[in-house]
Amino acid sequence: MRTIPAPEIAAAVARLCIRANTLLPEDVDRALELAQHTEPWPLAEETLSLLRQNQDLAWERGLPICQDTGMACVFVELGQEVHIDGDLEEAIHAGVRQGYGEGYLRKSIVADPLRRVNTGDNAPASITVRIVPGDRCAITVVPKGFGSENKSRLAMLKPADGAEGVKEFVVETVRLAGPDPCPPVVLGIGIGGSFDKVAALAKHALLRPLDEPNPDPFYEKLEDELLEEINALGIGPQGFGGRTTCLGLAIETAPTHVAGLPVAVNVSCHVTRRATEVM
Amino acid sequence: MRYRLTAPVTREDLAPLRAGDTVLLSGVVYTARDAAHGRMMELLDRGEALPFPVEGSALYYVGPTPERPGETIGSAGPTTSGRMDACSPRLLDLGQAVMIGKGARNRAVKEAVVRNGAVYLAALGGAGALMAASVKELEIICWEDLGCEAVRRLVVEDMPLTVILDAHGGDLYESGPAAYLNSL
Repeated sequence: MRTIPAPEIAAAVARLCIRANTLLPEDVDRALELAQHTEPWPLAEETLSLLRQNQDLAWERGLPICQDTGMACVFVELGQEVHIDGDLEEAIHAGVRQGYGEGYLRKSIVADPLRRVNTGDNAPASITVRIVPGDRCAITVVPKGFGSENKSRLAMLKPADGAEGVKEFVVETVRLAGPDPCPPVVLGIGIGGSFDKVAALAKHALLRPLDEPNPDPFYEKLEDELLEEINALGIGPQGFGGRTTCLGLAIETAPTHVAGLPVAVNVSCHVTRRATEVM
Repeated sequence: MRYRLTAPVTREDLAPLRAGDTVLLSGVVYTARDAAHGRMMELLDRGEALPFPVEGSALYYVGPTPERPGETIGSAGPTTSGRMDACSPRLLDLGQAVMIGKGARNRAVKEAVVRNGAVYLAALGGAGALMAASVKELEIICWEDLGCEAVRRLVVEDMPLTVILDAHGGDLYESGPAAYLNSL
């Protein structure tokens, strides 16, 4: 049994909130660079170049890449041999308060969905904990902006709809979103499970690096086909037109019921942020 | 085409603009997003004046991150404009001339743009650091309790923007993708 004091968790979360918001993950950066070099439409190429300049400027000036510094979605993979000395969830919320304060990040959370009073410190975080074998604790902070989050969709398809039905729904989601989610987008796609599970799969899929193919060749092919269809829509960077509508997408699946085919698309943007520390 | 404009603007300034043109905007720009638009509608419902001179004004849909000590503004890219669709036609009819944001607008806004000789410009979504670089002065003029949503008076210099909706009915979100697809 290994003990991790809760304040260490809080300090890690605070660091991760700041890092995630000022430095784009390497795989997203590379995907943007590749897109810029392969984009055939001049206005789109120029737009992608400006988006990359923005990243450099953010890093040089210590500014958030995007002003929507998001809802702090925190994923914890907690080894079952780890003992947290203190309150884990409260430590995460405290880390978010500290990180969003010290990092001059925007406070975008309202305490109640209808009465809408800002909590003033971007807490609480949205926390997902998974218990895994071992004695390590991995924390990933995903600051999720809502310009793209608002364009996410979920459908309970019929089993007979099959892979074609899933593809139609995903492509339709991107078409309906149009210029709103700050394309080029990144998609997390959940297929299977239940109504709640499929949304969690879609969100979790955003954690997978864009240059890491699906481990299952069947779904790798589906991902490739989807990417090609989406990049034939013509929406382009910022919706101004062009090839690069989607930088990358990841599918996660789960066993489901004989009667159902749930599918969820979590839409993210060209500033798809995540940062991880392993304790 | 590339144009330089200074806000507040006149209808004559905006007349030559076409969807797809780029604009370097200087002058005074007011920030307002969801909550500030709600309060502006309440003021108008009560027959009271808006908190800024509306004629020829430019409104930027933005909620910046807090500025560090010694800095003018934090990160300051646009938010999704569609959430302001319910309010924009009323403001355009009162004299607002420039909307700055990102994302699609509804039919009522497009009609109000044409009716009033106004314009809808896109800032680069997700490019908060780049957009912030053109902001030279910032002053909160009202509703400080709204935090990042308070109304700020910005003085901007050469803010890089793209014309989405023009006074002649053009819409880059339709014509841009169509032009690309036609080129294939």
